[in-house]
Amino acid sequence: MLFLIQDGITNGAIYALLGLALVLVFAVTRVILIPQGEFVTYGALTYASLSAGQMPGTAKLAVAMGVAAFAFDLFVARRALHARLIGRAFVINIVLPCIVLALTVWLAARHPPIAVNIALTLVIVAAIGLFLYRLAFQPLAHTSVLVLLIASVGCHLALQGLGLLFFGAEGQRGPTIADVALIAGPLRFTGQSIAVYAITIAFIIALWLFFGFTLYGKALRATAVNRLGARLVGVRTTLSGQIAFLLASVIGALSGILIVPITTLYYDTGFLIGLKGFIAAIIGGLVSYPLTAIAALLVGTVESFSSFYASNFKEVIVFTLLVPVLLLRSLAAPEVEEEKD
Amino acid sequence: MSERVPVLIFAIMMAAIPFIPGMPPFWIVLLDNIGLSALVAMGLVLLTGVGGLTSFGQAAFCGFGAYTTAVLTTAYGVSPWLTLPLSLLVSGFAAVLLGLVTVRLSGHYLPLGTIAWGLGLFYLFSKLEFLGRNDGISAIPPLAIRSFRMIDPGTIYYAIWIAVLISALLTMNLLDSRTGRAIRALRRGHIAAEAFGVRTPGMKLLVFIYAAVLAGLSGWLYAHFQRAANPTPFGAQAGIEYLFIAVVGGAGYVWGGVLGAAIVVILKEVLQSYLPLLLHGEGQLETIVFGILLVALLQLAPAGVWPWLMSLWPFEPKHRPPDLSLTLPARVRAPDTPDVLLQIDKARKQFGGVIAVNNVSFEVRAREIVALIGPNGAGKSTTFNLITGVLGATGGSISVLGKPIDNAPPQEIVKLGVSRTFQHVKLVPDMTVLENVAIGAHLRGSAGALSSMFRLDRADEASLLAEAARQIDRVGLADQMDQPAGSLSLGQQRIVEIARALCVDPTLLLLDEPAAGLRHMEKQRLAALLRQLREGGMSVLLVEHDMGFVMNLADRVVVLDFGTKIAEGAPEAIKTNPEVIKAYLGAAA
Repeated sequence: MLFLIQDGITNGAIYALLGLALVLVFAVTRVILIPQGEFVTYGALTYASLSAGQMPGTAKLAVAMGVAAFAFDLFVARRALHARLIGRAFVINIVLPCIVLALTVWLAARHPPIAVNIALTLVIVAAIGLFLYRLAFQPLAHTSVLVLLIASVGCHLALQGLGLLFFGAEGQRGPTIADVALIAGPLRFTGQSIAVYAITIAFIIALWLFFGFTLYGKALRATAVNRLGARLVGVRTTLSGQIAFLLASVIGALSGILIVPITTLYYDTGFLIGLKGFIAAIIGGLVSYPLTAIAALLVGTVESFSSFYASNFKEVIVFTLLVPVLLLRSLAAPEVEEEKD
Repeated sequence: MSERVPVLIFAIMMAAIPFIPGMPPFWIVLLDNIGLSALVAMGLVLLTGVGGLTSFGQAAFCGFGAYTTAVLTTAYGVSPWLTLPLSLLVSGFAAVLLGLVTVRLSGHYLPLGTIAWGLGLFYLFSKLEFLGRNDGISAIPPLAIRSFRMIDPGTIYYAIWIAVLISALLTMNLLDSRTGRAIRALRRGHIAAEAFGVRTPGMKLLVFIYAAVLAGLSGWLYAHFQRAANPTPFGAQAGIEYLFIAVVGGAGYVWGGVLGAAIVVILKEVLQSYLPLLLHGEGQLETIVFGILLVALLQLAPAGVWPWLMSLWPFEPKHRPPDLSLTLPARVRAPDTPDVLLQIDKARKQFGGVIAVNNVSFEVRAREIVALIGPNGAGKSTTFNLITGVLGATGGSISVLGKPIDNAPPQEIVKLGVSRTFQHVKLVPDMTVLENVAIGAHLRGSAGALSSMFRLDRADEASLLAEAARQIDRVGLADQMDQPAGSLSLGQQRIVEIARALCVDPTLLLLDEPAAGLRHMEKQRLAALLRQLREGGMSVLLVEHDMGFVMNLADRVVVLDFGTKIAEGAPEAIKTNPEVIKAYLGAAA
């Protein structure tokens, strides 16, 4: 009983992180980020590959996407090209990912400490997230939520396919972050689960500080409320979108690193994990961070109970949880007239 | 019938394709699959592109159609032709049940709700014993006309494409009708449509059922084409793919669904059969390329490929002018119209702690122009919303024609002869001025969805359009009649809203800032029109900020400030009222 709750809370903490990222991205860019699950997979498997002394394909992907992003930047600015702009685009899109690739190649064979692997993984996946926004979503920023959603599914398909290409169909596990274990009464807290709790809480606090007390955080919130208004007061909405994707990919990768020592991850596992974070985000109404975090813990707990008592129906139970919640939310909040298109 | 000519040419082309010598059977199979997907996508066009309701669950309705015929033909030996109406009925009935729950979901909850029951139904299909669980049902008999059995892909090809063409024609007919205009107005929000008597929940349910029946038809054809049914093609994956098809092709266009089906089906086929040859079949290359191409297509044509192609078409579509000799019977009026049309008695509206309208009382009598003025935030538009039933009053009473309205919905208020315009223009920008105005006459027509689909509504439709054209002419926009409403200037759009409100044949017209954005001459013309309406027996209540306009036009002026009535009287008296001057210019003035 207690054990199930504990397990549920560990999973729930991960879902909470992912749910937060989804809410963040949706609020700022109106993109329902289906590829969030791929960020998890990429993070987990990149970390696992690095730990096993292999060279992860994601580092090369980051370079390829950077080159494409550079081409996009040049194309958009083709009528007003000047050296500074080209230089900046070159440094961000080409030099940075190349440095990361070089570092990865150099370090992969040398079995660096865990912290270095984690940092490297985060940088690689963050770059992929940033370039994903630049390539897929920035040109579509003015379109409807539906078009963005379809594009998002397209990205999910492409990234999942690439995941299979990079990591193969075999599942992988990574080394734990901390090997200590605490015994408290009937419960045994592994170092890993403590790390999960600590990092989740730290991230929630960091996000709260970021949004409440920094200029960029406030700019992001402004973009979320009113894109046009934010632009008029000088917030660059593309920058907001890039920051949102950067944060989402870092959060996704971190979640992946946290769970890969606990469960075996396959190239397509991320999707299902992301989906559960998504359910939490929906229960939170895609706007509320605290509600999303609470809902995520609930989803995790329901999942761990149903996988214990009725493992066949595990996914179904979690997904059908949505229907009454949606109905309740719809009834509680009467329809508001939206200005669409 | 000029818009039907391209359809006819397309039909002849499709009929000829199987006779092309050396046509590989593989391409015929592909065309069969395109037709099956096109049917589902067409339903999604109506549901998502036109009606604004995104659904991921359409594949489940295909499942209902397919399993109905599969069970009845294999276990009970019923003829496939007899199961066709039953398949459609079952899908439609399932849509009623799911729709009653789902269409009430608002905003982003709706698509998520469809994912939820889409997954649930897929699970149900794969667990039920009499549906054959995961293996499904096989050995379904083929379609047959006497001894002619449609077994090979080349023969069922005709059944599929006849279904596609008929469905496309019926859908086009439906969209070009009284019901169609109501459906097309849904996407722009429900307030404007409801103000003219459209029952928006009913309309949403209608398109939901329509889309489900088309999906059911596709499922029925699929079952007899594959001669087997299993849960896989009816899962969430397929549901998402149908949405791809509609969005890529152009979610707002009937033929966008067909084009989208062709693009997606062919693309997938080409990728699956040629990519592995090129690159020695590593991983899931086709999904990678498919995903990237999908995003690229959306970036090139965000509204879909069909409208993009159409913009290259050099000929302007011709609009037939409405036959102005047709008349529409006047709205049924109460036999004895009292002198006081609108009586507002201590009306009150609170939003939490804010009192937007604070015990306001005034009346509008027959043949009278009353102006409601006051600084921004005085509660003028809220008062309008209370009168027209958009908002329920917190207290007090509002009576129209002597009867309290008791927070009746907007659809009932408009029946009493109260019609309105909006402060923020609520027209459908991609519909023509004529079509927008015709929504105003919604309650004066009677043709339903079915008669529209089969073109039995033409007499009703022609007189509706004639009435709309007359009102457009009356407000002086006859030259703009066939332009999309969104292409007009904001001032002209406000005038279009007046024409739409006039189509109700109202006794009381509520105008929310009608003169905003008009030039001097246009304002004079508007004032002349309103005077002329008053002479014709109509009353007007208007909110306006242009004092010159108001003071020259109104018989009486009511002044609100912070939700409270501070003055009422003839324009001359209001101009010199110290309270009013203070409210507008501050205490020092």
